[in-house]
Parts: sequence; C-alpha cells; structure tokens
Amino acid sequence: MFVARSIAADHKDLIHDVSYDFHGRRMATCSSDQSVKVWDKSESGEWHCTASWKTHSGSVWRVTWAHPEFGQVLASCSFDRTAAVWEEIVGESNDKQRGQSHWIKRTTLVDSRTSVTDVKFAPKHMGLMLTTCSADGVVRVYEAPDVMNLSQWSLQHEISCKLNCSCISWNPSSSRAHPPMIAVGSDDSNVMYGGKVQIYEYNENTRSTLMTVTDAVHDIAFSPNLGRSFHVLAIATKDVRIFKLVPLRKESSSTGPTKFEVQIVAQFDNHNSQVWRVSWNITSTLLASSGDDGCVRLWKANYMDNWKCTGILKGDGSPVNGSSGQPGAMNTMVGSTAAPSAGWPDADPPSLVYIQYYTHPSTVHQHSVYIQYYTI
Amino acid sequence: MEEVDVEPTTTPIPGFDSNQKHLGFVWGPGDILVYETIYKASGGSAGGCPFVHEVRKDEDIYSPILRKLFNESHHIFVGLQRIREDLPSKNKKPQFVSISKNYRSVIRACMEELQQVAVSTQDAALATQYGNQVSILLAVELIWNLCEVLFIDAAPAGSLVLHLLDWVRLHKADVDEKAREVLASESPAEHQAYWDVVISYVLQGRMDEARQVLVKQAALQPAARVMFKLLDNLLMKMPIFNPGETQTLTEFDVKWRHWREEVDHCLQDQSFASNRHLEDICKILVGDEDVLLEYKELLSTWYHFLVTRLLFSHPTVKPTELHYYAQSSMHMFLDTRSVPEPLDSILLAAFEFDIHQVIKDCSIALNNWWFVGHLTDLLDHCKLLQSHNLHFGSNLREFLLLEYASGLFTHHSLWQLAVDYFDHCPEFGRVYLELQIERVPLDTERKALKVIRICEQRQMTEQVRSICKIMAKKALRNNRLGSALSWSIRAKDAAFATLISERFLQDYCAKGTFSDLDLIDNLGPAMLLSDRLTFLGKYREFHRLYGEKRFSDAAKLLLSLMTAKIAPHSFWMTLLTDALPLLEQKEVIFSADQTHELMFCLEELTSGKSVPTPDRPMQVLGYTPPYPLSNVCFPFNLLIHCFIICSNLYSCLARG
Repeated sequence: MFVARSIAADHKDLIHDVSYDFHGRRMATCSSDQSVKVWDKSESGEWHCTASWKTHSGSVWRVTWAHPEFGQVLASCSFDRTAAVWEEIVGESNDKQRGQSHWIKRTTLVDSRTSVTDVKFAPKHMGLMLTTCSADGVVRVYEAPDVMNLSQWSLQHEISCKLNCSCISWNPSSSRAHPPMIAVGSDDSNVMYGGKVQIYEYNENTRSTLMTVTDAVHDIAFSPNLGRSFHVLAIATKDVRIFKLVPLRKESSSTGPTKFEVQIVAQFDNHNSQVWRVSWNITSTLLASSGDDGCVRLWKANYMDNWKCTGILKGDGSPVNGSSGQPGAMNTMVGSTAAPSAGWPDADPPSLVYIQYYTHPSTVHQHSVYIQYYTI
Repeated sequence: MEEVDVEPTTTPIPGFDSNQKHLGFVWGPGDILVYETIYKASGGSAGGCPFVHEVRKDEDIYSPILRKLFNESHHIFVGLQRIREDLPSKNKKPQFVSISKNYRSVIRACMEELQQVAVSTQDAALATQYGNQVSILLAVELIWNLCEVLFIDAAPAGSLVLHLLDWVRLHKADVDEKAREVLASESPAEHQAYWDVVISYVLQGRMDEARQVLVKQAALQPAARVMFKLLDNLLMKMPIFNPGETQTLTEFDVKWRHWREEVDHCLQDQSFASNRHLEDICKILVGDEDVLLEYKELLSTWYHFLVTRLLFSHPTVKPTELHYYAQSSMHMFLDTRSVPEPLDSILLAAFEFDIHQVIKDCSIALNNWWFVGHLTDLLDHCKLLQSHNLHFGSNLREFLLLEYASGLFTHHSLWQLAVDYFDHCPEFGRVYLELQIERVPLDTERKALKVIRICEQRQMTEQVRSICKIMAKKALRNNRLGSALSWSIRAKDAAFATLISERFLQDYCAKGTFSDLDLIDNLGPAMLLSDRLTFLGKYREFHRLYGEKRFSDAAKLLLSLMTAKIAPHSFWMTLLTDALPLLEQKEVIFSADQTHELMFCLEELTSGKSVPTPDRPMQVLGYTPPYPLSNVCFPFNLLIHCFIICSNLYSCLARG
C-alpha cells in the first residue's frame, strides 16, 4: 500500500469523521470547527472541495450519506444536541461555474437533550430512515414518509438503552428471513452495568444484549451479509472483536424474538489499548480498526475463516506541521507492494476462541453463551 | 520477490505522529482515506488537521501493460470455464496443457513489452518499477511452467527429465546470446567465453549445439584431433529418451547405462587428461557432482543444477523421487549461510508436489492475486486440488478468484472483466457481484445502461431497479424530465413516475406545450405504471387527436378522462376548458349524451366544496374566450359560457 495523494482538508479544527458516498466519487468531512465539507473527485482522481458550510453550533461528530436513490443527501450529528439532514440542490449557474454546489438544511432533529453521538441511515430497502443515538442513552428512529419531501421527518421509535450510547449500526442485510436489526454500543466504562452492545430487532421491538462485551464500546459495525444465514458484527472496545450471531431456529409456538448463538470469531488486542473505530470494506473481506496506538490495522480472514492482521497504517513519526508544504509534495510513492499476505490460506488451526459449539436446542442454556431478551 | 513474511506490511503516513494522535479512516472503493483525529472525549484541542491521505492498495492494475495481461488472461479464463465437465479427463489433459501454455505466453508477451519500456524510458524510477515487474513476471512464469510440467502435464518418468530440460533451457536463455557473440567473433575458438558456451550447452543437454561449437576448437588443434573426435562421438551417442518411439523405458535405461560405461571407460583411460576442458565435459557426462558444482556460475541456479544432475545421473527419475533430488540439490548448491529465497521455497514445494504450499507461498510472496487465482483455477479444473486435500478444493479456488476479481472491480474499466470471474464462483460470486456492481459510478447514461445490461442478464432485478432509480433521481435534479420519466418507468417506480408526470403537466400548464413528445407519445403499456402517468399519456393523446382534427375521437377521449376518473380533479377545469373549442365547432362533435355527461362533469366540479382555481393562466387549445375569463370568478364564467354554448347546441339539434 502507498499514500497516493494527500488532500489539504483545510478544517480549522480536528476532523471527526470522513464519509464516502455510495459510489466513492464524493466524500464529506466534518470537524470540531462546526462545519461540513463536501469533496468531489475529478476524472484524474483529484479531490476538490465543492461545498463547505457551518452545520451546527458544536463539534460535528459524524457525517453520513443517504443512498443515492434518495438523491444527494447528508446527515450530520453534533455536540449541539441535534442531528440535521442536508440536501444538495442544483445551484445557480455561477455557482456551478465556480465548481461549487449548494446544500440546504432540510430538517433539524432536536429531540435529544444531550450530544448526538452517531447518525446512520437505515438500509435503503426500509425506505428513507435515519437513526440517531445520544449520550443520554436514547436511540431514535426517524422516517421521511415522502422521499420527495425531506423536510418532514417523523419520529418512529424512541428506544431507551439506559446507558449512554456511542454508536449504532444497521444490519445491511435485506433478507426477509429475519427482521431488520440495529446494534447499539455504549461507551459507559462501568463493567458492572453489564452488556454494552444491544441488538434490536426492528419490527418486533425487542432487544438482546451481548453480555460478553462489558467494557466500553466505541464503535460497532455489522458486516455485509453475503447471503449467509448468520450475522457478523465487529466491535471496537478495549480490543477488536468479531462476533458471529447464529439465529437459533424458533420453536413454532414461540412468537418471541429471535435467539442467537453468539460465537466470538476473533479478538485482537494489537492496538494495545482502546479501539475507536471498526469498519468493513464493501464485500466484508477486510475489517479496518483504529486504536490508541495511533494506527489503522487491517484484518482479513482466509478461506478457512482464520483472521489475521494484513496491514498497518502508521504515522511516519515526522513532526506534525499544520502549515507544511503543498499536498503535491506528498504525492510520493511511499512503501511498496501490498502483499496480500494474510489472504493466503493458512493451515494452522484457528487461533481464535470459538465459544462452545452449539449442539442441541435443549442444551442451549448450558452450552452456549447466550443472550438475554426482554421486551422494551 | 519479497521475503516470505507473515508480519503485516506497514504503510507510513507522512506528517503524522502515531504517538500523539489517532488515525481516523474510511473505506473507499479501491482505497482507504486516513486523517489524524482524537477520539477521546477529553482529547483537548488540536488545532487544524491538515491532511486527508488517500492510501491505495494495489498499483498493478494501474499499469497499462499489465492491463493487457488482465484482459488477455480473462479470455483464457473464460475459455477454460467452458471446457465440458463430462469429458473424460484423458481427453481434457491436452486442452489443459494448451490453456496453461496460453497463460504463459500472455505472461511472456507482457514481460517482453515491459522489458522494452524499462530499457527505453528516461525516468529512472519508472525504469526500476518496470524492472521489478519484469522480475516478478519472470518468477511467475518460471513457477507456472514448472507447475505445468509437474502437475498439469504430469510427465511420467523418462519424459519428465526432457520436460524439465525444456523448462531450464527456456529460463536460461542467455547461453544462446553468448553463443551468438562467440560465433560471430573473428576467432571463436579463442574467444574468452568459448568454453563457457560449450559447457553451458552440455549442462543443458544440448549436445548437437555443443558439438558444433567444439568443431571450431578441434580445427585449431589438429594434434588433438583424436581426442576431440572421441568426445564428439560420446556426445553424439548419448541416448535421449524419445517418448514417441516404441522404445520402453527399460530399453532406454539399458542403452543409457552402456553409454555411460563407455564414458566412464574414457575417464579411466585418462583419454582427456591432456585437456582440462574436455576432461571436465567428460566428467559432467557421468554426472560428477563436484565438477558440476565447479560450474556453479554457468548453472546459476540450484534447479538448473538439479536438472543437469538428473540428466546425467538419473534420466529415468520418477515424479515421486523428484523431491529427494530437489532437496539435496538445493542444499548442495546453496551456501550453508544463505537463506533460501521465497522463489526457492516455492519451486522446492512444487518438486515436492505440495500444491497447497506452492499456492500459499505464492500468495504471500507476490503482490497480486492474478497468478495464484488463475493457477489455482486451472489446477482445480485438472481436479488436482481435490485429490490433494479434499478440504481445500474449490473453496480455495473461489477464495482466490474472489480476491482477484474484487481487486479488478476497483478499476474504472477492468471491472467488466471481474464480472465473468464472479460468474464462475458458485458460492459467493453472485453476492460479491451484487455488492460491487451497485457501486460502479454511473457517470453517464451509457455506463448506466452497460451496468444494467449486466444485471439484467443475471436477473439482478433489485440492482436494476436501484440503478434506474438513481438515474431517475439524477435526471430530475438536472431538470431533464424526459430522461427522469423513462428511468423511473424502467425502475417501475410508480411514485416517482407520478411525481414526474405531475411536473410534466405543470410544465404544460405553464408553457402550453409538452416537452419530450417522443417519449410521451410512445409510452405504450408503460403508461399503466401510475394513474398520473396514464393521464399524462392519454391527455397528450387528446392533443394529438385534436391536432389531427379528429375532433370526435378527441372529444370522446376527453370525456372519458373525466368520466373514468383518470384525470385528477384538479385538472378537470383545464379539460372542460379544452372542451370549449370542440363545442364551438360548426359541426356537432359531442352527441347529446356526451354533452349531458360533460355538463354532469361540470356540475360535479362546481358543486364540489372547493372549486380548484388554476394558479396559472390556462392554455386552451387555440381558443380565445369571448368573455374576459380572468377577472371575476373563472369557473363561474366558464360555466355560463358552457351553458350558452350548450343551449345553442340544443336549439340546433331541435331544429335539425
């Protein structure tokens, strides 16, 4: 791997989030300087800032794109206790000439009484839905009933998680075999409060808690489903963890929530301390994580589902100099080839902890680490 | 080739200190963006953070020459997938060998082109880059060729050594160049590289060529003529196994042993004692390992040494015995100090018939999935992976092909090749394709159509719908209503089609004309997608009939739009106004019944709680009302006007 180009982001303060649009031709950055910037990629691969505007009256934690079926739509959330939805409108001709586009605020979601820590759009098959979570422990699901009118959002669900929430992730699977799922993580550091990952089945209004994660959770990410019968969830906590959630077959009479057998597939403490972000690539063949060691680490499973670190992105240690040089000066080919090392099929036995293998429905309680359910 | 290394590669990010800050990231299509940040809530102020860095994964796909490799190997790959499963494997073997050769010739062509560019370029960095790629391709071809001999062609004892000789000759071609140089010189026999050439030929078992060069020396030394003649004779008589002939391996072996005894005799007799070079050649002929190792430089590699050793000591070696000679040759040849390179271990694994190890080591040592993906696919077709280890079989093949194809997908044009690879991955190919193809940037309508065609061929209806919807949305944003409408029809998106039909009607009300007539006139059954679209199509049809002066058809259609409740209520006033010029025509167009219905519609409209008042001036078909319609109450005026016309009409009818 190599740094192909460096883009002078020109934010006045710390960047908190960068988000690619669905096709990878645009990105949005947000910062403590309360602004969001939108960048467009030219034919030659250069990034140009086409919009920059003040979005909130506090640090902007996250920015995210809606699916392009809904147009050019962004959502942002902030320390100022709000989340906002933005839509790009085709600008005046002189805007276009200057290569600028115009974003207008469609709505401000003001229901939270504390900092809104994460904002995510639901998978597109559910319509235009937006989820927020906040430090006061509430997850809110909003819906725009008329996708042509983004100024109207109705609050569909308000779920109290009891613990301050740090992150949410929708299960991207559109399979009809299971209800839509949201995973919520809490960065409450008190291990006595129990499970820090809660999973909600959207339609049935039920939830389950991953009791195995009791440390603060900073980020959470469902992997693309790939048509499998189980779900895979990556969690950033004091280490990187990958869980497999295998739905247990429901007894025909029961109408309750789906029960899962939870297997831990991988657990890595290479970041030494807290892990802050986890994210899957498009086909979920790679997981990236960022942690206290100041590195981004890439994880890959071979075809035997044996996970390994395959790459590290690490600062070169040169002094940080905000005003230094042209971005062009950094267009160097650093590093060389990226060996797909860990992709290679490994014959070693899996070094990972597999939680007890589930054998028979009647033995669930004794044999599998398993999650509690209660209706909200 | 890189060191075989299980440690992950570290990519330095310039201007960033990992000890002080966190590195934020986001996945892109073929890259990762990273930026400095602080995740801790109490992280303190950091000031501006200057850069977002774009970290790319794979540089190979951006090389225009390697792109040819990808393109051409794609053809071969697709051809290979078409070989019928049910053919007996005996019939398939020649096909597999020829496919393997095709792959290799693509590698060779690519390598040659790279070599030329590397030589001709002025840019030193670029030359190094090309040079590196050449050496990787060289290694790849060398490994592939050996795999072809050992696994795919699976040459039996006898032929095996011949194939290995070909392999060595192909990859140690500098002998020929040196030979040309020597023979072209004024006095070849006195050329300093003369003996190197002769011995190199002998080491590669090229006896005829060795003899031709030897003749030059013999001519120079008439005194030693007998000695030269003797060696020439030995070289000429060396038995070479010929698999085409009826001769059995045992017969060949007997013959070879005879010949070898004869050579041994000459050595015992000290026949060549007066000429060191000739004596060395003779010792090579009996496979004297010490002498062979003296010519390390001419052999240059342990595997050349191995093949030469086999040629002169074990010409009937069986495939199963290879590993023993390979290991010992490697140990004898390499210094005890030097560690085997990745290439050495890979070749050794091949000689040991450990296919799995070969693939594993190649995956680690090479920076591209191209080689392992294609080779594994071919070996899988040859049913070699199954027999080797049931567990790895097509899983491994699919795993590697998916990796390779996913890499291709990040490229703006190579992604189309990847589609075929995904098609031939039965387990996850389709899901991968679905995930990837949705994300192909839809820069132009043409590209969108291309993507849609691929999806349609594979019944990926959801992807087709999504792409059409994205395109519709995009067209609407840019105010291209016609395009937006046709995309939403393709997406079968009724709500969106309604919305756009509405826009068309609004535009009509504002401008008095329709845009995109071609599209609206040819809606056909697509019209039924939404009520509003049906109305748009029918209303436009009314205009056409009116324009063609088919008044009674037009009147009938107009009326039915209201009576069948196709027209939205808000549009009825426009329709009624459209009826006026028809009512005023000299001939009777609306029948008495139709006029009744028309009046009924008017009544229904005016008796309603709210009579819609068009907010824009209405366009009526070339009709100028005799009353100032715009002042006072428009519907009321219209009502009166209609009644006047109608009563006139009735009096006409009564008279008629």
